[in-house]
Amino acid sequence: MADALVTALQGRFPSITERASADHPAVNVPLDEIVAVLRYLRDEQGFDLLMDLTAIDWSEGASPRFTVVYHLLSTARPGSYVRVAAACAGTEAEPTAPSIVSLWPGANWHERECFDMFGIKFDGHPDLRRILMWDGYPYHPLRKEFPLAGIETALPVADIEEETGTRVVAAPMAGGPFVASTGEINLTEAEPRAKDQSWSDRAAQPGQTPLRQVKE
Amino acid sequence: MVTANTELGYNSKVEGGVIVSRADAAINWIRTNSMWPMPMGLACCAIELMAVGGARFDISRFGAEVMRFSPRQSDCMIVAGTVTYKMAPQVRRIYDQMAAPKWVIAMGACASSGGMYRSYATLQGVDRIIPVDVYVSGCPPRPEALLDALMKLQAKVRREPSARRLLSA
Repeated sequence: MADALVTALQGRFPSITERASADHPAVNVPLDEIVAVLRYLRDEQGFDLLMDLTAIDWSEGASPRFTVVYHLLSTARPGSYVRVAAACAGTEAEPTAPSIVSLWPGANWHERECFDMFGIKFDGHPDLRRILMWDGYPYHPLRKEFPLAGIETALPVADIEEETGTRVVAAPMAGGPFVASTGEINLTEAEPRAKDQSWSDRAAQPGQTPLRQVKE
Repeated sequence: MVTANTELGYNSKVEGGVIVSRADAAINWIRTNSMWPMPMGLACCAIELMAVGGARFDISRFGAEVMRFSPRQSDCMIVAGTVTYKMAPQVRRIYDQMAAPKWVIAMGACASSGGMYRSYATLQGVDRIIPVDVYVSGCPPRPEALLDALMKLQAKVRREPSARRLLSA
């Protein structure tokens, strides 16, 4: 049974399809209609608060590769919440989506974060710069092909790199990544920790050189 | 009754003579007991650093309560928190701006080794960009642990050949 909101949306925008969701209503919208749909939700359905704007990377080679997701809340009707998803246009290297800063000024930083982490170019954004990583960082870290440990690159400031001889390096995983345990266990056991403790910075993984040479 | 002070100069009968010491001992005594910290508070460790400055733990008992937010006036940088690669050049720049002699305490797991942040964004230990004198374990460390680090740093400073370094500088 379709939600009343989804029915209302589909009556207004026939191309909208319902999206699988465990809790609140969610819809798929074609990218060229996304601004009109969000404006309709804001002005006529009372979803006045943009809770979040994020993206999904469906992994390399997938089509669509990236989907932007908008989380909306109605402050007049507590608990009414809707998620709107739209597949990005553009290429895999440079996906695009329209900016909604004109609808919610708060989308500005969300879109900058999305651009920083996924490389999605928001057309019409007033100031599309990186927000977390530094200007000039060559990668988009939340893309699936980017390893958690990172990729070696230059420090943000060249003269500091020259002075210290330090670069941005891939972090030693040493049994990591650090993950929390779930289930009925005590809090000490549940704390994030490396699951494979058989190797570390000093004691090498079998067949590998130690990650860090320790001066005695 | 008020009398005029007639002792205009140094009176050895009153002062009791002269203390003889080594220059190193005198210089290090001064340095250890007025070690002004540069609070490089970058994450949650900075909250514990504030606790150390408060009345309960009271870092002023060790002469280090004068948190200076100007690197020119500070002696000891306390790196309290996660150093990201984006922040690392600024940390190094502020260290460079501190006047010698200067020392560094790496407070907590993140500053010492990157801690649990084995990721693309985090510098894996502040010792990769600046020389560290004392590492403090903990996530975050207890205030007492930072006081212990300060006392260890003071003990280290007491052993330094300060006079020789001053003359050869």
